[in-house]
Parts: sequence; C-alpha cells; structure tokens
Amino acid sequence: MPKRVFITGIGIISSIGNTVNETLDSLLSGRTGIGGITLFPTIHQGKFPLAEVKLPTSALLEMTGHAGERCYTRTALLGMIAAAEAVRSAGIHDIRQYRTGLLSATTVGGMERSEDFYREFLTDAGKGRLRDVMNHDCADSTDRIARHVGVKDFVSTISTACSSSANTLMTGAEMIRSGKLDRVIAGGTDAATRFTLNGFNTLMILDKGGCRPFDENRAGLTLGEGAAFLVLESEELVKREHKAILAELTGYGNANDAYHQTASSPDGAGAVMAMSLALSMSRLKPQDISYINVHGTGTQNNDLSEGVAIEQVFGDHVPPFSSTKAFTGHTLGAAGAVEAVLAVLAIRHGLVYPNLRFETPMKELHIRPETTLQKGLDIRHVLSNSFGFGGNNSTLILSKA
Amino acid sequence: MAYINGIGVISSQDLSRGFPETLQEYRVDFLPCLPPDYKRFINPIAARRMSRLIRMGITSARLALADAGVEMPEAIITGTGLGSVEETEKLLMDMDSGNTLLNPTPFIQSTYNTISSQIAINLKCHHYNSTYVHRSFSFESAFMDALMQIGEGMADNALAGGIDEMTMMHLDIMRKVGHWKQAPASNITLLQDSTPGALAGEGAAFFVLGKEPSASTYCKVEGIDMFHRDSPEGLGEQEIRSFLQSRGYRPDDIDLLVLGYNGDSCFDGIYDRFAGDLFSSATTTWFKHLSGEYYTASAMGLWLGAFMLKNGRIPSAVLLRGDAATPAHRVLVYNQYRGEYHSLFLLSAI
Repeated sequence: MPKRVFITGIGIISSIGNTVNETLDSLLSGRTGIGGITLFPTIHQGKFPLAEVKLPTSALLEMTGHAGERCYTRTALLGMIAAAEAVRSAGIHDIRQYRTGLLSATTVGGMERSEDFYREFLTDAGKGRLRDVMNHDCADSTDRIARHVGVKDFVSTISTACSSSANTLMTGAEMIRSGKLDRVIAGGTDAATRFTLNGFNTLMILDKGGCRPFDENRAGLTLGEGAAFLVLESEELVKREHKAILAELTGYGNANDAYHQTASSPDGAGAVMAMSLALSMSRLKPQDISYINVHGTGTQNNDLSEGVAIEQVFGDHVPPFSSTKAFTGHTLGAAGAVEAVLAVLAIRHGLVYPNLRFETPMKELHIRPETTLQKGLDIRHVLSNSFGFGGNNSTLILSKA
Repeated sequence: MAYINGIGVISSQDLSRGFPETLQEYRVDFLPCLPPDYKRFINPIAARRMSRLIRMGITSARLALADAGVEMPEAIITGTGLGSVEETEKLLMDMDSGNTLLNPTPFIQSTYNTISSQIAINLKCHHYNSTYVHRSFSFESAFMDALMQIGEGMADNALAGGIDEMTMMHLDIMRKVGHWKQAPASNITLLQDSTPGALAGEGAAFFVLGKEPSASTYCKVEGIDMFHRDSPEGLGEQEIRSFLQSRGYRPDDIDLLVLGYNGDSCFDGIYDRFAGDLFSSATTTWFKHLSGEYYTASAMGLWLGAFMLKNGRIPSAVLLRGDAATPAHRVLVYNQYRGEYHSLFLLSAI
C-alpha cells in the first residue's frame, strides 16, 4: 500500500482571477477570462483572442514586493503569486521546519523577455539588452519562486508541454512517498508570449472566436496564461501538525502515446493508458469517478482522441465531464495544476463546471459535456487529464479526504 | 539502489571503441560533438525532418539500450538545460513576420520534451515519459526520477539522459554574459589556461538503469543529490559527509574523484578545495576536455566514472592527481555550475 499524499494548500492566478476566491467566483458566475490581446504588440492582435491575467507586469511586481526591479519575468511573478497563496492556504509559518521541495513546470520560461532581446539581437548582434535574455531558461522562474517562498531543500523544473504541471504533482508525490521529502509545492507557470502565439499559429490550431471544447464545430484552442501551485504533504506531517486536508492525491498515470510529435492517436492509446494507470493506482473503478475535468483544448484532434479514450475507459459509466479551458484558456505548462486546483474546488464545493460555448455534440462521440453549473453534488473523486505534444499524457485523480 | 547497465555517449571524442589512445585536440570557441552515426537507428526520411539535437538524443539513447541489451525501457526521462536552441531561434527569427507560408516544424521541435517523446516514438514506447529542465540540475533530476521509478517499484529499468546543444547565437550571447571564454581555447591544455569563463560545449549521454545487474553492468549507483546556492559558494564539509554517511560511507572510502573542472579561473578553485579538504588520498580525474561545459555536462562525468569502474582502469588522459594503475572501487562524481548548482553521484564497483 503506497503512502498517502494529501493536498493542504492551493494557490492560483489566471485570466479568471488573481486568487482562489476570485477564481471560484468566476467559475460560479460563468465568467470567462478570454478577451483581446493587450500584453504585447503582435500582428495577430485583433485576429486571435487570448486569456490574459488581468494585471500588467508592473502590478505583479508590486504584489510580490519587487516594484521597479528588472530581473523578474512575468512567468516568475505569476508563479511567485500562486505559490505564495498556496503556502499561506496550507497554514505554513516556518517552511524550513520540514524537508520541503518546489517542483515547477513551464513551457516557455522567460521567453516573454527574451523574445524582446532577440528582436533587436537578430537585426544586429551588437544590440539587445543582455538582462532580457538572462532569464530565458526554464529554471529561472522556478528558482525565483523557491526564493520567494523560502524553499531550499529541493528545486527542479519539468517541461512536458501541456502536461507539464500534472507531472510535477506526480513527481512531487513520489518524492514524498519515497521519503525524500515531507512536503512538495508542485505546480506550474507560463506567461503569454508572442513565441507561443506564433508557434501555435504555425500549426493552425488557434480558434479565432475563442475555443469551443468538445463541440462539433470547434476550430482550435485559445491560449491563456497563469500559474497554480498545490501543497502536497505526507500523512505523517499532516497527522503531526493536525493539518486541515483539502483533498488527497490518490492516483496518477503517465503514459506516452508514441504516435506523432503533435497529433494524438485516433484511438487515444496514450490517454487510455494514462487514465487506466491512474484508476488502478487509486484502486477505483470507472463508476467511482464523480467528475472528469478533461484536457479538452478545443482542437479537432485532441477532443476526438480524448473523447474516444474516455468512452473506451468508462464504457457506459461516463461521469459528468467538462473542459474548463473555455474559462481559463489553455495555460500550457500551468494547465495541469490550474485544473488540479479546480478539481480541489469541485470536491470542496460539490461542483461540476460548465463547458462554456458548447453547442453541437461531436458526431463521432456518444458523450457530451456538462453545459450548466451543477452545485450541491457529492464529488468524491475527480479525474483530471493533461495531454501534451510529444504524446505526453498524464492523468491525476484527486479525492475527497 | 540500481545499476548502470548500458551507456550511449556523443561527445567531441570518438568513444565508440573504448577510450581513445590519444584525445582529439580542438582549439575552438566551443567543443562540438562529432556527428553521430544515426542511420543505424533512424529511418532516413524521418531523420531529414529532425533537428540535430533530436538525432543526437535518439542515437545516444539507442546506443545505451543496445549496450544494455534492453529493447524497451520502462521509463524514458531526459534532462536538458535548454532543449532545442536551434529550433527556438528559427521561430524567433520568423515570428510576427507576416510570413503566410508557415512552417510548423521549428515550433514543434522547440518544445523541451521533444527529445524524450521522439525517443518514445522511435521505440514505440508507451511507458512513463518525462523531461527535466533546470539548468545544471536537469540531468540530475532526470537521473533521480529514474532511480525513484526503479526504487518505488514502478519500473525494472529506466532510460535517463542529459543532452544539450550549442549554437553560434547562443555561444555569442552567453559569451557576452561572461559564462564562456572570450578567445578560442584548447581542450587539451584547458586547465593551464587561467582565464575567466568556461570552454563551452555540448553533448548527449544516456544511461540504462536496471533494478538488477546484468552481464553488461558498469557499476552500482549508490546515490545522487543536488545542492542549490543562491550565490556562488562551495559545498560544506558537513553536506558532503552527510551525503556519504546516509549511504554508509566516509570520505576515506572514496578512492576516485571525477570532477567538473572547466577551465574557468573564477570557479575551478571550488574543485581544488573539494578534492583537497576531504579527499586528499583519492585519485582525481576530469572530463570537460571531452565535452566542454553545458548544463547537462555532468552526464559525461557520470559516464567517465562508470566507464572507469567497469574497465578497471583510469585513462591517463583524464588523470589529474594520483595513480592511474590502482583500480578504483568507489567513485564520487562532483559537478557544479558557477558555484550555484552542485551535484554528487556516488558509484561503486560490482
């Protein structure tokens, strides 16, 4: 019997709120974070929507006590804000009292600054401010988050595209189970960048009108930005400190589709494996799952492949499911943790979230997402999918504790 | 804990037939990898679309699997500090250009997990797959995860590697920042060159870890740990002692050190102190004249340590101090990046 790992704190900042409470309020009132592009100049302005955090970087600097400083990227700042909220929510006063690690995920790191550097550097190798490229790599934001919340015992970063932060929760839980650490702050952060906007546009999978997950007429994803962190703690720590438990991480699975670098297999083989591994680890049957927070990006390929996989795993017992990406946009490296925080809120408040903008069921599937907010339910187990480029498929199961 | 049962390495030296009699000398801005013979492992049509980094990754992974006699690893875990720099630069050059003939390949290949996932696609491997991207903890994290996969009973074997590439643009930027030497340097006489900055490099090294030893086993892995500093500083004596002690050893038990000297006059002193303080009787070796400096260069150090344990000899080209003739039993690999990211690997002969 593997050791139990509990979630005792959550923190989130995204286009639908700067705190857990604001996020919950947006979810309850059906308020999407998707809007226009205001953060940076791009030829795609007015062409594609974006789910931006509704604060300029200068405000994020102020919130973290670094007003006017130049070395913090938006990715780092979003992560610092969410991780600090998670630490507060877990009631941690002295973080050094227990062996604590920080595992963060990001897909672009400090790209939102380095792309400005490169714009000048590429025209003239003598140009470009070096301080704008010093934070380019993925470790920069993680190290700054660790310093912000005072973590020293272990720090690392995972990047597996859109499944990245689901994997930080898995590795974090394994580090606790194997006795290396007592506590891990796990999650992810990604700021919106011209790089990702242009990159996804080369794949022609951005929906001009905003994403419509699991809709027959879906035309792609909508990019978002944000950060979310969860505090994972060992059973011993939780008992010794009489900690309030928000949820338990009972299962997870990581499998590779091994099919194509960007496309998911038509039969969703990797997704089926990830979900099955998570179910078997948590010793649950498909009918035990109360709600599925699907990856549901709104691309033709993902939603079909994921839908087929869900039908295969759950058969006649497909529970209520929805994609929350029509609220938050696709927050890439943060998405797995963003959705894990939403899963905790679903358990705590008895909710199933609506899949916004859904109109027409997909003709290949028998299932359709929930379109209205369901309240007052007994949500015992939430299965959360995060699938990434490279066939990196990860599933988490969060349970009422 | 686990055993290293196979290794695949791509570096500036031809290591395909063991350790070369004489090392190839380069007088360069960065130490480049010899192009790998990837045709054994990658179909030529697929290879044409792949970036150089991906070809290096798949080839070194397949070399490691062939070396271990393992066809299908039960986990694939890559550490890379920067991922595909070349493809990232391509998209940066083309973006917001209004170019309507969009090529998706640079974006697809720029994502950090492309190496792990291309290895999975090449092998049709559906097992656990992950990628760590934390400067000079990237390979260390991947290796630690692989040990954990085996230790926690989730896999009987795991493929873990460290890989990074250098580009002219990245070389130029990090030279301006002051990480690299300002003038070309020789890899052979690197440690006599007392100038600031490291000799930059690139490389790939993948390892097959197994729960059990096999006919191809190099050594036993006793442990790994990472130590982060907010500002440049060496490891403390107590940290080193407690790393060894928790695995049942004392400093005197270490008879061979593999150290990450990179020719940087500002930071190489950290290795002098490490070797002098606690390990004055251990034989001392180095490896960055084979690989140069990069975020995952410690994987080359691990290779050298494992290679020396398996073959029972210390090539004179890597010897810094002590006796090459006495076979080593217990190796400590120590690497650090600019005094901020320190890692230790402890290996034992079987």
